[in-house]
Amino acid sequence: MASFKSTKIPIYPKLGEKVTPDTLYWKNYKAPVQIKEFGAVTSIDFSSLAPHNYAVTASTRIHIYGPFSTEPVKTFTRFKDTAYSGKFRSDGQLLVAGCEDSVVRLFDVSGKVALRVFKGHTKGVHVTDFTSDCYHILTGSDDYTCRLWDIPNSTELTSYKEHTDYIRCGTTSKLNRDIFITGSYDHTLRVFDARVEKSVMTMDHSQPVESVLLYPSEGLLVSAGGRYVKVWDLLKGGQPLVSLKNHHKTVTCLSLSSNGQRLLSASLDRHVKIYNTTNYKVVHNFDYAASILSLALAPDDESIVVGMTNGVLSIKHRKSPEEKREMVGKQRMQPVYRIFVKGRNYVPKKDDFLVSKPVKSHLAKYDKQLKKFNISKALDTALESWRRNRKPEITVAVMKELDRRGTLKNALAGRDEQNLSQLLNFLIGNVVDPRFTPVLVTATEMILDIYQAVVGQSSVVDRQLVRLQELVEREVDYQQDLLEVLGMLDTLFATSLPRKEVPCPGSSR
Amino acid sequence: MVVHAEIRMVHRGGSKINFREPVITHDSRFLLCAAGESVNVYSTSTEEYVHDLQGHTDLVTGVVLNPSNHLQVYSCSADGTVRLWDFTDAILIKTFIIGYPIYSIYVSEKHGGVVFLVVPMANYKSSELFQLVAVHLPHSGDQEVEARELSAVLCDVSHHPGAASFGREGEYIAAVKGLQLEVFFFKKQKSYRFSLKSGMKKGAKNAFTCVSCHPKEDCIATGHEDGKIRMWRNFNQKKEYTYSTLHWHHGAVNTLCFTPEGTNLLSGGIESVLVHWHYTQENQKDFLPRLGAAITHIAVSPDGSLFCTSHSDNKITIIQSCVKVSAVIQGLVKGDGVWTNLIIDPRSKALVLNGKPGHLQFYSLHHDKQLYNLDIVQQEYIHEEGLDQFEVVKAAFDARGDWLATVEERRKKGAELEINLKLWAYDELTQSFVLNTTVTAPHEDRITAMFFSPSPETTMLVTTSLDGHFKAWLLADHSDANAEGFWACDFVGGYHLLKPGCCSFSADGSLLSVGFQEVVTVWSPASWELLTTLSQPPGAIRDLCFGRLSCSKYLLGASTKNQLCCWNLLTCSLEWSTPMDVSLLQTDPLSENIAAFCSQSGSSDLFVFKPSEPRPLYSQKALCTGKVQHAVFAPRDQMLESCEERTQWLNRSQLYFLTQHMDLLTFSTKTEEDRLLASSKQLMVDDSVAVTPFYLLLGKHRGQQLEKQEALTNPMAERTQLPQGSIAIKELLHTPAHVLPSASFLCAMFVRSLLISSSSAREEKEHEEGEMEREKEEEDSEGEADPRLGESATWGHPEEFGAPALTKAQERELRKVRTFDHSWLSSLLDC
Repeated sequence: MASFKSTKIPIYPKLGEKVTPDTLYWKNYKAPVQIKEFGAVTSIDFSSLAPHNYAVTASTRIHIYGPFSTEPVKTFTRFKDTAYSGKFRSDGQLLVAGCEDSVVRLFDVSGKVALRVFKGHTKGVHVTDFTSDCYHILTGSDDYTCRLWDIPNSTELTSYKEHTDYIRCGTTSKLNRDIFITGSYDHTLRVFDARVEKSVMTMDHSQPVESVLLYPSEGLLVSAGGRYVKVWDLLKGGQPLVSLKNHHKTVTCLSLSSNGQRLLSASLDRHVKIYNTTNYKVVHNFDYAASILSLALAPDDESIVVGMTNGVLSIKHRKSPEEKREMVGKQRMQPVYRIFVKGRNYVPKKDDFLVSKPVKSHLAKYDKQLKKFNISKALDTALESWRRNRKPEITVAVMKELDRRGTLKNALAGRDEQNLSQLLNFLIGNVVDPRFTPVLVTATEMILDIYQAVVGQSSVVDRQLVRLQELVEREVDYQQDLLEVLGMLDTLFATSLPRKEVPCPGSSR
Repeated sequence: MVVHAEIRMVHRGGSKINFREPVITHDSRFLLCAAGESVNVYSTSTEEYVHDLQGHTDLVTGVVLNPSNHLQVYSCSADGTVRLWDFTDAILIKTFIIGYPIYSIYVSEKHGGVVFLVVPMANYKSSELFQLVAVHLPHSGDQEVEARELSAVLCDVSHHPGAASFGREGEYIAAVKGLQLEVFFFKKQKSYRFSLKSGMKKGAKNAFTCVSCHPKEDCIATGHEDGKIRMWRNFNQKKEYTYSTLHWHHGAVNTLCFTPEGTNLLSGGIESVLVHWHYTQENQKDFLPRLGAAITHIAVSPDGSLFCTSHSDNKITIIQSCVKVSAVIQGLVKGDGVWTNLIIDPRSKALVLNGKPGHLQFYSLHHDKQLYNLDIVQQEYIHEEGLDQFEVVKAAFDARGDWLATVEERRKKGAELEINLKLWAYDELTQSFVLNTTVTAPHEDRITAMFFSPSPETTMLVTTSLDGHFKAWLLADHSDANAEGFWACDFVGGYHLLKPGCCSFSADGSLLSVGFQEVVTVWSPASWELLTTLSQPPGAIRDLCFGRLSCSKYLLGASTKNQLCCWNLLTCSLEWSTPMDVSLLQTDPLSENIAAFCSQSGSSDLFVFKPSEPRPLYSQKALCTGKVQHAVFAPRDQMLESCEERTQWLNRSQLYFLTQHMDLLTFSTKTEEDRLLASSKQLMVDDSVAVTPFYLLLGKHRGQQLEKQEALTNPMAERTQLPQGSIAIKELLHTPAHVLPSASFLCAMFVRSLLISSSSAREEKEHEEGEMEREKEEEDSEGEADPRLGESATWGHPEEFGAPALTKAQERELRKVRTFDHSWLSSLLDC
């Protein structure tokens, strides 16, 4: 004796993004905290020291925020003009910043007044950085020069004047104290060695370079400029490796996720894209409210900080695993579940005699009614408002099952005005859905057949019938248009293909 | 029919076991049912086939227990004989020759020595008129007895066996036909007729379908076409009869049966629900729903504990006291048709074809037993006539049996065709197929052919459809490791909008040929390039197949206009063609042979040939009447080693085919039959134990062990008694407790009985050692075997027969003497 087979509810493919481990990882952030700064946020830098404070350069100030504070821990305001590129030294003790007034200032993180002031550039300094030995400072300026300064003596060591346009980005090597890289609006990237008087390597980005980034291994260099992000192999003498064009406006900032597996790029098009660094495919995408100028990730991806042109600083913190566990724990505390699992995880001992109980299969309400051949009731159940609205596939599946049993007409007949208008509402909502059309068209025809006689007796039903008619007419026109387009495409494809024995081009749907 | 001496056509499996009402024996251990030309005996507890009663030469039409001896059974057949059997030992006791084809048999305890048979009216032999006759079975010692004394009881009865029934204590017999109920009283020798109007109301169909009489009271229950059951009472007079009506069935009542005590009435019909009416409270009823298929017969065991129902899908269900299905005996299901071809499952080597509606059945050819049903449609089957149901129309296995593809379709009048393509993955854990992908509407029209690519690297499925396209489906690789792959369409091909009718893969999967009406196109599945087209008009291509092994360069095609063509694919030209109306081409997967079934003037011929050779290997004219639509080569478990040219083609695989009447036939050779006969003797089972597969296995094993033991213990015959069989223990177990001596006394006795066995075991071991030594010696001195053999024989005799007389010590001494003596003696002899 077989058991009753429940009505098969077809599973329709979910539209939209596929869930990958990446999306799960990058979605696991809390809602962003937003802080309003005085001007466009041009630079964000995380301290490598334990609490991982970060310096935010906006307008004439540099604010230092704690990892979870919304108020600045410290503020440096001694700038006469717009400040640029506030950077921590690798020990987290010193902070250097350029300024539009061409002066580079070095601060103690705990102090207020500049420890050293480096003067020598003739135009605004957009790039500052410490070398890896912590005793020198690299600066790049709009006067087309980049210079190295000695911190203890506050003297200029070298000056390179090879770029032919503003220098807007640069980075120092973390492994070698003499090597640094600058990018300029003259479309070039140059690698300098402090021991040599000229640049040792030049790469052509062919767009004004906005940002450069070195991989932790320093074998690869990433540059952003225009809409492009390019990856260069330094060990092969600056050979271009990949060129990515995933943004539709200038890319302004680059960053690596902590484990070096993902590359992030921020752009004026208000997106942050995350690439897989093995195949350089976009694995995730963040949207922001305004054009992004700066981006930084806390160590271990604990937070993502993004600065925008409208002066808003957006901070997203990672959800801590404890909170998640708490939520799960809460669910387990519910008594219903506890009773449900009671005795289920009991492992029988060695000599126990197992008496199995027949498993009672649970049937949905409409299935129970179908089992008893209560067809009208089953249709009523399937047409209940939440099921009709949330899961129309169930309603349609029940209709299909009734049709298969040859009793759909009986189930549809004998309904009062309210019931009928409910039914018509459902049809109007779903009859043009291509997933449901084949079933619902038969149902609609049956309804029209059955209730032909009562047309004109109820204004509600009449109105709905007119709506249904309009809907169907519109759909027919629409389908006709689509077919015309398909025909045009077919001709286009046919002409573009070479005259060859080709089996049935364009016939696949 | 021309029958060759070496090759015989054999009916293999699939006989109808639901043809007549089954019988349960008095002790409820066996179930007997008519199956084709024999009566099968099944065990009720294990549903295992025990043996069959063979002897009839035509369809068996009825089986009843002998009312005077419940270990005997009567069977009647269309060959005009009634046979009396001892069913426990499958012995034919007597044959009564009646002379007319018999349609059903009835017996009653009251009428000893008389059987009531339904035979055609003597005058109208060919017509549809039947009479119920009483036959007095003569007492005589002969095996075959002529019983020609027929006395007519009722004229014009139905030949349907459910249409007559004996009443209380055999006083009357009730028979129904059409709209008439006739009751014949034996005492009065008078019959009463009661008739119903053809339609009292609109839609009422009053025709009788079956009848059953209450065993204790004067009450007759009749079933009707419109699903009503009428209970007739007070019918021993013409006028004042009464009846009450019970109505639950919505289709015709197929069968009715009272339980032996008369407390319940069982009825069944197309709804496949066993309805259990309480005789005294007639509005109360119990149901046993979803028995699988329409109920055709119901039988109750004589003690009323077991019910059994036969179903239209060739199944007998045994039900314990109306609540629990305890066993299902399932034959080869013969549904409304076989739309899928016969297929062999590469894993289980089972025959796969349509079974129950919406199912595929896996049928073991070796055991003539259904292995299991695979539910393809997975929908509740509504047992109602005139409904358009989903049917499985195509099925295909891939080369390793990992994937099964099925196509189901449902055509509704005036509505769109619904087609689903389903792909099933084999699950090692559950040992069955699990649904992987469902493609709704894979094509816009009927699918005409479906095949998997035989190449081991890719799993590719190709479907051809009347919508003018063929599609290739591939298992899409999913990047995630944990998610299972699913199937997706890879390529859609067509050829000038012609309708493809058939397709075939070459043996290595490198070529695909698709027949588009008159044109055969050859494609490369790797690049989906159209390689070449072959055409041999007139006539559309009906069937295509590639040659195998050494003949793989040939492509064969059968066209509708009586043409069988063979193309050479190397030259792309026609190699040969012959005028033949081939209805089916089938390749043997293990050899180059191809079987072609041709229909000629109403019957089918078979030709087995190699594409490279002009002469067929084997041909048989007039195989059977009608077209052969389905055939398959089933690989053999072990190769036959026949060297004869005519039978060589059967060495590797066996050819099975289905006739139009849905009989499963095969070819077998003489050597094979001999082997089968031998093996069946080996598997004779002691029927004191319930027959289960486990028992068979164990029995075989035990048999071997026994043989071994016998071989071991042969020299000392006195030791065969086991401790369980010892008299002491038997005494201990079988004497009533109150007459037994005290426990301490018994204990000593018991322990002693055990001790004997252990000492004898030691003895045996010693004995073995001694024997081993002796064998060593034998090897040493082969040259001098003659004198020693004689000697050992003389020594062996006293040991075998005189052993009980000797003590153990003496015995050991003797053996020592034996082992020592010979060496020097033989050396002396040598000198």
